[in-house]
Amino acid sequence: MNNQPPLLKMKGIVKHFPGVTASDHVDLQLQQGDVLALLGENGAGKSSLMNVLVGIYQPDEGEIFLNDQLVDIHSPADAEALGIAMIHQEFMLIPNMTVAENVILGKQDLPLFPSLEEVENKILDISKHYNLQVDPRAFISSLSVGERQRVEILKMLYRGAKILILDEPTAVLTPQESEDLNHVIRRMTSEGKSAIFITHKMKEVMAFSNKVQVLAKGETRAVKDTAKTTPEELATLMVGRQVLYNIEKEPFRPGDIVLDVKRLSTRGDREHSRLKEINLQIRQGEILGIAGVAGNGQQELAEALTGQIPPSEGSITIKNLDMTGKAPISYINNGVSYIPEDRGAMGSIGDMSVGHNLIMKGYRKAPFINRGILQKQSIFDFVHKLIKNFRISTPSQETQVKFLSGGNIQKTILAREIDACDGLLIAAYPARGLDVGATEAVRQEIVKQRDHGTAVLLISEELDELIMMSDRVGVMHSGSLLCILEGENIQRDKIGLVMSGVCPEEDQ
Amino acid sequence: MKLRFEKRLEASHLSTILVPLASFVISLLLGALLLAANKANPWQTYHAMFMGSFGSLYNFSEVIVKATPLILTGLGVALAFRLRFWNIGAEGQLIWGGIGASVVGLFVTPAQGGNLIYLLLAIMAAMAGGALWAGIPALLKTRLKVDETLTTLMMNYMAILSYQYLYNGPWRDPEGFGFPGSRQFSQAIWLPKLVGRSTIGIIIALVIALVLWFVLTKTKWGFELTMIGKNPRAAHVLGVNSNKNILVALLISGALSGLAGGFEVLGVSHRLQQGLNLGYGYTAIIIAWMAALNPLSVVLAALLMAMLLVGGDQVQMIMRLPSAVGLVLQGLILIPLLGGAVFSEYRLRFIGDKKDV
Ligand SMILES: Nc1ncnc2c1ncn2[C@@H]1O[C@H](COP(=O)(O)OP(=O)(O)OP(=O)(O)O)[C@@H](O)[C@H]1O
Ligand SMILES: [Mg+2]
Repeated sequence: MNNQPPLLKMKGIVKHFPGVTASDHVDLQLQQGDVLALLGENGAGKSSLMNVLVGIYQPDEGEIFLNDQLVDIHSPADAEALGIAMIHQEFMLIPNMTVAENVILGKQDLPLFPSLEEVENKILDISKHYNLQVDPRAFISSLSVGERQRVEILKMLYRGAKILILDEPTAVLTPQESEDLNHVIRRMTSEGKSAIFITHKMKEVMAFSNKVQVLAKGETRAVKDTAKTTPEELATLMVGRQVLYNIEKEPFRPGDIVLDVKRLSTRGDREHSRLKEINLQIRQGEILGIAGVAGNGQQELAEALTGQIPPSEGSITIKNLDMTGKAPISYINNGVSYIPEDRGAMGSIGDMSVGHNLIMKGYRKAPFINRGILQKQSIFDFVHKLIKNFRISTPSQETQVKFLSGGNIQKTILAREIDACDGLLIAAYPARGLDVGATEAVRQEIVKQRDHGTAVLLISEELDELIMMSDRVGVMHSGSLLCILEGENIQRDKIGLVMSGVCPEEDQ
Repeated sequence: MKLRFEKRLEASHLSTILVPLASFVISLLLGALLLAANKANPWQTYHAMFMGSFGSLYNFSEVIVKATPLILTGLGVALAFRLRFWNIGAEGQLIWGGIGASVVGLFVTPAQGGNLIYLLLAIMAAMAGGALWAGIPALLKTRLKVDETLTTLMMNYMAILSYQYLYNGPWRDPEGFGFPGSRQFSQAIWLPKLVGRSTIGIIIALVIALVLWFVLTKTKWGFELTMIGKNPRAAHVLGVNSNKNILVALLISGALSGLAGGFEVLGVSHRLQQGLNLGYGYTAIIIAWMAALNPLSVVLAALLMAMLLVGGDQVQMIMRLPSAVGLVLQGLILIPLLGGAVFSEYRLRFIGDKKDV
């Protein structure tokens, strides 16, 4: 231990929300140069605690000290003035403005007419220094998720942040991007900056941090030196039981063809993600994994297979019905469920209640509807059951979804879609933002669907997840489906090989 | 003791009544300052306005006369706004309702005689006229993404010009002693009266408010409209067709304003003449916001607004103040309203200085 006074000290932080106590007398300490990993189940209070630190929420009790001095933080601007900045779980960039404009947006000490050129040059300096490649003139809307995140980091560095808070920064990153982020963080800490980051991925905790703090139900459960702990111990501390990391799966016994896609192509502005002559089939009781770096057409594939975008060529047949060019409702009526990659924009409606979000698939059918009128009692019972089965933590059915923690919003979507699924499940990054316990549960649930005869298309960037769950794995690159690996061939290095463009001979 | 705002997790039921009332009261307070600054006694003025609205059965019936079109247009606007379709064309839709009813009144119904069927026909024509005038911008928006704020606003002016042309030109009554306006409709299609000049239109408006509230909050279709209004992208993913639903909802929205116009010509003027573009369609926008887009609150908000209008006229006569006082107060309502939204989303909480917990 070093004897320096801590750079940052949060003491006895209490934050109540109606129905929950998000922080219950939490203490937190950060030394200069520290990377502190904040760990905890969904809804444990990680984001809330950090939101208190940057002045988005006012604590009901507790104090914050910087260099042993009591500070008052009433707004993100106050925090920024003290050198504390945060990247939020959901990005906060303005899509139709450029990188440079976003970086200075909302900055306090801006001249009346800021010179964008100066800003751009400074951005280029910083990005060179930290090896963070970004074009300052690019519009945010044209950037991939990984690039957007780089912009967020640049923005904090540009504004001179000394303590950086990253809320699940890698949930949406590719493994390579996450590796790059690690380098950036190391570089920053070697220069005396400090970081707090929230993640659910144990590997990253071990690779990024030197200290770990585990939260549970708003309280601190443990503070550890990373070097003196193991992922297993941390997981157990968090969940309160052992996490298995592997799932029970029945032997592969494929049935009839459920999804049959022939020469599927789409139109689109982005050459890279436009679908090009995709052929694939999924049978009952089969999980087809789709690997590949995000932005290579995975989202387009999911959207085409759920009727969101019409194919420009080719055909889609589901359960022997020709679905080509049909609207989303036809897909839903044919038993297709969809877990979209963007939970806030596409998967849920934040301004509506948890109950209403859970019934958004089922409301069309009896017993939830009778002569066009919604049946309150049956809906209540149904929602109650889903909340319980999927362990969604919410104060009540009536709570608006936007007030749930990130992971619990994801669980709400999963519960609705898995429950309504009848034949085909399209799941894009289903475990994104979930804690280890919930991740395990969701994977097990999807595999259970497969065991019961559902055909599953699983889009993921996590090779472990794909290998663990899939019966076959295809790799997407630049809008094309490269070869599909089966059985023995589903291995890390073989998938990697396909990604680099080599197809093992024994496959088609 | 500390006072604190706390974000609500659920929309409150009481706010249905409290929000419109609170914004009304605050606007009265602000108005009092304004009146005092102009050396008018606020208390006397408000008293005169109140007596003007409630002093006699006749006065109250005048409130009803104004509340009827305000409720209907308010409902129409609220319905469209719930879908984030910024329909500010209730004024034009109301006028086209008047034109629609007049077509039946002048060219379908015999000049003398006729029966209830013709009245029903005229009412349907009014709704069709309003629906047409809202349907055009809705089509432009859903097919070609043309901004509806512009189209609905511009179509108001087109509506005003077209009805002025009609009653001044081709439909003008040659025996009208020089007054511009069409001939009177047959008595058979006059809307039955209640008290004073008020008609059964108010009862129909109240029933419609109730039905609309029920449809929006309790039915499948209402659920889908809420989804579209709150997140059209997610609604689309979940199989709800935004364009079709917006079109249908806007036809209804226009039909409601059209009905208001129909009731004006069938119940009040009994002919097509000037006085349809009194600004009900614009007041409706304030009412819709005041009511937080809730159909039941629209009724309350419309009644309050009608009181301001009728009371404003009284103030002019009794206090010798410009009748614009009523209009100024209307405008002032918008200010606390912006704050009022805070109250429906937040709640006030008293918290003691707790040592523990
Ligand atoms: N603005 C808010 N209003 C009401 N309740 C809230 C609000 N923000 C958070 N909560 C509640 O506080 C609790 C903690 O939420 P928080 O977002 O801090 O969890 P988290 O640890 O970040 O979880 P996750 O891993 O799922 O992101 C949850 O029960 C959540 O519903
Ligand atoms: Mg969180």
